[in-house]
Amino acid sequence: MTEQATTPEMQNFGKVCEIMAKYEHRPEKLITILQEVQAEYRYLPKSILAFVAMGLKLSPAEVYGVATFYAHFTLEPQGKFVIKLCDGTACHVKQSIPILEAIRERLKLSETKPTTDDMLFTVETVSCLGACGLAPVMLINEDVHGQVTPQQAIELIEEIITDEANGAKND
Amino acid sequence: MENLNTLILDGKEVVINNEKNVLELARANGITIPTFCYHSELSVYGACRLCLVDIEGKGITTSCSTKAEPGMVIKTNTAEIRKMRKMTLELLLANHDMSCPTCKRSANCKLQDLARQMGITEIRFKKTHKPKPIDTSSESLVRDPNKCILCGDCVRACREIQSIGAIDFAHRGANVEVLPSLGHGLGKVECVNCGQCAAVCPVGALYPKSHIDQTWDKISDKTKTVVVQVAPAVRVALGEQFGMEPGQVSTGQMVAALKTMGFDQVYDTSFAADLTVIEEANEFIKRKLAGEKLPQFTSCCPGWVKFAELYYPDLLDNLSSCKSPQQMFGSLAKELLPEKLGVKKEDLVVISIMPCTAKKAEANREEFKKDNIKDVDYVLTTQELATMIQQSGLEFNELQPESFDMPFGFKTGAGVIFGTTGGVTEAVLRYAGEKIANIRPEDIDFKIIRSNQQLREAEYTLGDVKISLAVVHGLRNTRAIAKDIQNGTCKYDLIEVMACPGGCIGGAGQPINNEPDARKKRTKGLYNVDKMLQLHTAQDNHIVSEIYDKELGEPNSPKAHELLHTHYHSQPRLVDSDVALTEITRKDAVKVQVCVGTNCFVKGSQDLLKKLIHYVEENNLTGLVDVSATFCLKKCGQGPNVAVDNEIISGCDFQIICDKIESKINITS
Repeated sequence: MTEQATTPEMQNFGKVCEIMAKYEHRPEKLITILQEVQAEYRYLPKSILAFVAMGLKLSPAEVYGVATFYAHFTLEPQGKFVIKLCDGTACHVKQSIPILEAIRERLKLSETKPTTDDMLFTVETVSCLGACGLAPVMLINEDVHGQVTPQQAIELIEEIITDEANGAKND
Repeated sequence: MENLNTLILDGKEVVINNEKNVLELARANGITIPTFCYHSELSVYGACRLCLVDIEGKGITTSCSTKAEPGMVIKTNTAEIRKMRKMTLELLLANHDMSCPTCKRSANCKLQDLARQMGITEIRFKKTHKPKPIDTSSESLVRDPNKCILCGDCVRACREIQSIGAIDFAHRGANVEVLPSLGHGLGKVECVNCGQCAAVCPVGALYPKSHIDQTWDKISDKTKTVVVQVAPAVRVALGEQFGMEPGQVSTGQMVAALKTMGFDQVYDTSFAADLTVIEEANEFIKRKLAGEKLPQFTSCCPGWVKFAELYYPDLLDNLSSCKSPQQMFGSLAKELLPEKLGVKKEDLVVISIMPCTAKKAEANREEFKKDNIKDVDYVLTTQELATMIQQSGLEFNELQPESFDMPFGFKTGAGVIFGTTGGVTEAVLRYAGEKIANIRPEDIDFKIIRSNQQLREAEYTLGDVKISLAVVHGLRNTRAIAKDIQNGTCKYDLIEVMACPGGCIGGAGQPINNEPDARKKRTKGLYNVDKMLQLHTAQDNHIVSEIYDKELGEPNSPKAHELLHTHYHSQPRLVDSDVALTEITRKDAVKVQVCVGTNCFVKGSQDLLKKLIHYVEENNLTGLVDVSATFCLKKCGQGPNVAVDNEIISGCDFQIICDKIESKINITS
């Protein structure tokens, strides 16, 4: 691992201050602020939640309540690639579970262990992506993949793994 | 003339008299509508869905959130409503840890009561309860999520009465839980231990931490001499556990029970309260005449003290330095009793019986230990005392009354009224009146102080000294006062703060009583005890005078300070929550902690942090300097604060820290 000047928290810490300042530390902007903070960190570290609570003069318990309520927020570090597999009614009927099982098997993940040790992938299910016509649907970060089969899903993952390995070499 | 302000309730015409909602109206007319989440002193939540009623034209709706309107036709008990209530209860029970016989709230549980009242004999749903760990991290309270029914009463009590919000709902849907901040244990967050959450909890999800076993152990240990002090508010509530009315005074039976149970000496915390009056009043008179450190806050309530330490560290100098009566008693007992009773100090055990859960945490404070011996060893609540009496098999109501032991069982009425909101202020005025202007308490009007508003203001003229004072209960009400002080617009000289509604008589260690007038009756009980005593002013307590003559010299003397006074320190709102900001690669790195707590934040600590990180990167100091953000360095009055290798630099600027870092690096490299 390359030596870092600062911890991941700090790389974006000043940014957290800026985000709060942008919304004038208004408590009613909590969700917007958390969204932007998560965009910086890819998750919401607990210590940063406490910092946001102080900054907005809210109780940390309340901020924690909001952060844990919305599925969009995550308090665990996420992988570089977040795979969201839709398991809504349409996707479920169109065999989304075998896709999930295949991906988890390939990446050695489970329901309780959603992120790979190398922090490359996080795999989770969502209840509906609003693209039922394309069922089963899978999202890798912002990219939508429709009518996916288990085999295609694995191919997509292999592709990313190869790209990442090459990318690291080229650095 | 026909009264138009009426409605039909279960077939009868009833008059609407400003009741807040249909539920209150029904109660006023002798109909109890079941509810978990409705508390008249908290906001309306409407979550438990038990208080459903059928209103013609509106359908089935929650009575707690519906205002009574003329002409309404309301049914509170229909087949459909009964079915819905049963269903709700069955669903709650399916998800509940039903270890009822061993539950703290067994026989005093709303869920148990309602299940019985609704005639639930079986639960049709599959059990879904999965055991969760019990949180015992707090010194005062235990949180058992397995019992929680998610009514939210605790969340609202903490937020609305105390303005803290140490607990809140977290997660969603079937996974919802009431959790302390960031999922930490209750002992690691900004909880002040007041226990009002436990006082409103309808089930056994939050309850005072028990010291019963430790107490029995000490009593049965023949090498120990166990003395007990009983707080004033206990005597007007203990009887409730044995069928008495709230406010009924059971001092005699209580003392008899304690002696039978094996306590060697039974003393009265009111004695120490008399002493507190004299110390605190003298401190106040001194400050008032000198015009310094005003307003003076009272300091007998440990919930308030911790609240001030958490949120208003800049006001800590305004708190009276007096220990609370409990701790004054403990300190005096450990100092004087070994000789009086002929025992070694380490063999003397001091137990308190308190209406309060925060007292448990107070007794554990470092300031209240001497040579590693705690001044007060264990603290029992009124509830725990009742349990111990039951364990002993004593018929409480049949006991022949006995009296407190001398010398520390002797008190005046001044020390007794400490147990209610306004009591400390009244006791101080009774003393100060005579001391300053030779006015006896009979000639002072205490009407305003004795009323029950959450904030009372009064002015007194004692001779040529004018005193402006305020009395508050419920910590929420202190926030506005604190703001005024910070802005320099506070007009008070003396402010009494009690965290719990009604003062100590409404403490969370008291028997759970849902009767709306219970607190009022307990207060009345205390004033009656005061009336029945011959003496009403602390200065008339001859035992206290004797202690001054023989041990302390005069009020606020150095010896009095050593034994009876303390100091306060700012506390972080979250424990262990530093944000590490630079990678630490060397153990001997210079440790720089920048406070980003509220006060320092306002004074620009984030800017300081940004500059520092930049500085570390620019000068290749990575690994040599470890920068972190911390949430409180406890010097909030003088922010921004930065600690360099644990040395706190107040009113810091960027250059000062850089110089400091450079000097450190030169030394270490």
